Amino acid sequence: MMPAVAFADGALEDTPLLSVRGLSYHYGRQLGCRDVSFDLYPGEVLGIVGESGSGKTTLLSCLSGRLPPGSGSIHYDMAGHGLTDLAGLSESELRVLMRSDWGIVHQTPRDGLRMGVSAGANIGERLMAIGARHYGEIRAAALDWLARVEIPANRIDHLPQSFSGGMQQRLQIARNLVNKPRLVFMDEPTGGLDVSVQAKLLDLLRGLVSELGLSVVLVTHDLAVARLLAHRLMVMKSGEVVESGLTDQVLDDPHHPYSQLLVSSVLQV
Amino acid sequence: MMADPVIEVVDLAKSFTIHARDGLTIAVFNGLSLHVRAGECVALHGPSGSGKSTLLRALYANYKPDRGQVLVRHGQNLVDMASASPREVLAVRRLSLGYVSQFLRVIPRVPALDVVAQPAIDLGTDPNAARDKAAALLTRLRIAERLWRLPPATFSGGEQQRVNIARGFSVDYPALLLDEPTASLDAENRATVGDLILEARERGAAIVGIFHDAEIRERVSTSIFDIQSAKRAA
Repeated sequence: MMPAVAFADGALEDTPLLSVRGLSYHYGRQLGCRDVSFDLYPGEVLGIVGESGSGKTTLLSCLSGRLPPGSGSIHYDMAGHGLTDLAGLSESELRVLMRSDWGIVHQTPRDGLRMGVSAGANIGERLMAIGARHYGEIRAAALDWLARVEIPANRIDHLPQSFSGGMQQRLQIARNLVNKPRLVFMDEPTGGLDVSVQAKLLDLLRGLVSELGLSVVLVTHDLAVARLLAHRLMVMKSGEVVESGLTDQVLDDPHHPYSQLLVSSVLQV
Repeated sequence: MMADPVIEVVDLAKSFTIHARDGLTIAVFNGLSLHVRAGECVALHGPSGSGKSTLLRALYANYKPDRGQVLVRHGQNLVDMASASPREVLAVRRLSLGYVSQFLRVIPRVPALDVVAQPAIDLGTDPNAARDKAAALLTRLRIAERLWRLPPATFSGGEQQRVNIARGFSVDYPALLLDEPTASLDAENRATVGDLILEARERGAAIVGIFHDAEIRERVSTSIFDIQSAKRAA
């Protein structure tokens, strides 16, 4: 029950969208993540799983340009330039890339939304940041995206503060996808939500990812979420990737002792 | 001259190492070889625990073999499912290799009709055409139309299994893996599943299946692969 990978005719894209080699990060002397390497192809959803403190979020922060990697390289397939070393970009070039090509969905909607402006403005702001100026078109796009994330149109002028946690998270997703990014980073997007609200959000994410052909790096400690959304997984422990591969293979036939422990620790319902 | 195999298993070995039990290793099979041509249906045979499901899962790359190859025809190529990258495996599964598991993995909120139509839609089939075919399959498998718009989570075991079968047959895969497809079905539905398997063989599908039910096994299979004598020979 996987979302489609974005190659229809059986031929696979040969240029990765994101190519990471030997990425490490230390907080002072404390290890964040060590020697992480992978390629992410267009339309692929990569899940990063592991317990708290395993380095998942550190890795995500490095990948999404919010922490400068201590060592190693990150290359991104920039429109018109091909694979480009992100370390060679100026801060303003990186900001443009983040605004136009990338999205970041935070675990806590407050970290990804502007709580002081309306739902419509939260979505419209992203369009204006990449040059949209026509008020009618921006409002129409905001309405369209509210509908896609199942928020009633009559809430467009309300502040996110008046929304439930699940609605705030869906608004954050709309804000991140309105610019049609190619790559989206998600940090525990369903964390902290009720199970029934989670199911709705997961279904929505699954549909959008496959419909828009998004590439996603998804950090989660929830293996059910990983199974539903990710094409392949990296299992992290103590800052290092201990196992990686096809999602159902890692979950159904885990090889590393830690992966086996992780999978066998899930409560069955 | 014989046609080329659609599925070719070469010298396959699979064991499980359980680290929580001090690295206890359980060998399931070793040195298995098997080939299936278009239009053939190979029934895996052997007592419970002999490794039939493990072999089927290894063919689908759900389990990772220790050694050997699982070659599956994918367009003009043969892809080794044992060593292919995750995205290659997913491409083969989408286009060339179908799998009907014993249980339906339900996704919250997705209605039965869409569960069945999704594999074809993912391949680029027009969604309406895919849903028409899904509706035809659900009708043949006697799922009442009033259930089609509902997510299968609340369906009975037999109904879920029939939705699962309909999903597996919604795309004309060149190769098909069937894990006890008739396990929880009544006689009428078993007969329908038998018809679906024979139709798939007629259009040239290569099939590997586990059929507990002797009647269906005799009806649909072209040969029996005895997993225990294959293990002894190795």
